[in-house]
Amino acid sequence: MKISPKFTHNVAWGVCWAAGLLSLAFLFIIIGYVFVNGIGSITWEFLTTNPKGGLKGEGGILSALVGTLYLIGITLLIAVPLGVGAAIYMAEYARNNWFTKLVRFGVESLAGIPSIVFGLFGFALFVTALGFNFSIMSGALTLACLCLPVIIRTCEEAMKAVPRTYREASYGLGATKWQTITHVILPAAIPGIITSIILTVGRVVEETACLYVTMGGSSNMPTSIWSSARTLSLHLYYLAMETTAINKALATGVILIIIIIIINFATRWLSDRYIAMSGGGRMSNGN
Amino acid sequence: MSNTSSTDVTKPVIELRRIYDVFWRYAIYFFGAVSFVILLLIALFILREGYPAFEKIGIWQFISGQRWDVADSAFGILPMIIGSLYVTVGALVLSVPLGIFSAIFLTDVAPKKVRKIIRPAVELLVGIPSVVYGLVGMLMLVPAIQQIGQGSGDSILAASIVLAVMVLPTIVSITEDSILAVPNAYREGALALGSTRWQMIWNVVLPAARSGIIASIALGMGRAIGETMAMIMVIGNSIIIPDSIFSSARTLTGTLALELKYATGIHWNALFATGVVLFIFILILNSFGILLLRGKTK
Repeated sequence: MKISPKFTHNVAWGVCWAAGLLSLAFLFIIIGYVFVNGIGSITWEFLTTNPKGGLKGEGGILSALVGTLYLIGITLLIAVPLGVGAAIYMAEYARNNWFTKLVRFGVESLAGIPSIVFGLFGFALFVTALGFNFSIMSGALTLACLCLPVIIRTCEEAMKAVPRTYREASYGLGATKWQTITHVILPAAIPGIITSIILTVGRVVEETACLYVTMGGSSNMPTSIWSSARTLSLHLYYLAMETTAINKALATGVILIIIIIIINFATRWLSDRYIAMSGGGRMSNGN
Repeated sequence: MSNTSSTDVTKPVIELRRIYDVFWRYAIYFFGAVSFVILLLIALFILREGYPAFEKIGIWQFISGQRWDVADSAFGILPMIIGSLYVTVGALVLSVPLGIFSAIFLTDVAPKKVRKIIRPAVELLVGIPSVVYGLVGMLMLVPAIQQIGQGSGDSILAASIVLAVMVLPTIVSITEDSILAVPNAYREGALALGSTRWQMIWNVVLPAARSGIIASIALGMGRAIGETMAMIMVIGNSIIIPDSIFSSARTLTGTLALELKYATGIHWNALFATGVVLFIFILILNSFGILLLRGKTK
């Protein structure tokens, strides 16, 4: 008996549905599991006390929370100016020459390098050679290198989406290129720049490997950018691997997932606004 | 002195804003170069620290050596290379079919409403920290595998499943993009010849999107080899050449994270040499993926 094309079609459609729903199921299983098992351990005390260390993993997550905030601040301070500057180059100055190819190659390659290799680099350069030791500063510098490609790509896209007529109008009024960039293009690209900042915050929150070897992971409250510290993700790792406080690891997971969901919604909301602003003609989404 | 000759147009006026313009042009070139400089620095630093290990141990002995024993100064990374490869291949075996079918689901099968739920859900999977994956794997998968298999449950199987979920978004989104990039005329042509929609996808759309799909696999593989913390949490980390999917193993990345902080001397060099091997692996995979994608979009 020959299998009819109609039959094959129906089977294939069924397989596609199964695959799609399975992908969705993964998300619900992971988030559901962490929430169901972790949310009970979140109390006010959990949020406002420092971890005490030890095998039982007593205490809360306050210093990890503060460490995360420190790291977000410093990383943004280093990475955003560099990233926006590079994006300006790509969007406004880049000609089709060897230098641009080099820059493009740098950004693309950097984007694919795994976190732990950045960690290796940060450990050799910042922690050891420059003598910053295990500190927030070492972690932030390492993380800034890691986040740079995301910032450059997002900002570059935003600047390229600014209509050409804006530039022409600005030049027509006698503005220089730099005046056009600072007064016309950057303001128009602000939603894109903010998106890149939020994406960077997301990366800081979720990264672990490169910080594991550069930040030291002290559970004490950080007093300056030269203190050793831990982020929430690192704290989760230490709790899961070195203590018996699995419920606290899960509770930290709940906090992390909540932060990630907020970040996801914020970028989505921003990029929707942004598409509306530039008249819907955005590239790279394929449609 | 309000009477200066503002009418003298033959003399070029040097305005501050023109100086700014020139200054910033060069400054921006500098900013543009930063990523490449960082890439270069990473390569240089890792090579410089790793080179002594290659020199003392020998590149071939280092790569093919089966013993990694710090106390004994034996540094061979073959077990870790095999561990990384097993886990990566395991993850791809699970996630490539799932990812391709999910991408077809998103572009051709799903009603708009369902699509609007699943696409953000897949994107959210990217954002979840790898330690959360590791934790869920530790608490859900490892005990389950312990029940069905032999051993402690910390295994290549657990690591492959965790990793499969982690690389799924990469494969889905790049495959989806490359399917959407197939010209509509192809689809219309196939349908006009009387094929079913599945025949159209299987015989026309997927072959046309082939290079994008291969790129998604290469980039997913790059991501899989580089994953660190989640692997440490579910794979057991014993330095052995694994003999089954229930066996414990260790990845290249895991060795780096676990040992870097207390390493000195030749051990330190050996770890950076491991980093060099990892770096080269990833650079090849990613360049391959990027080249494939570039050929398609332009």
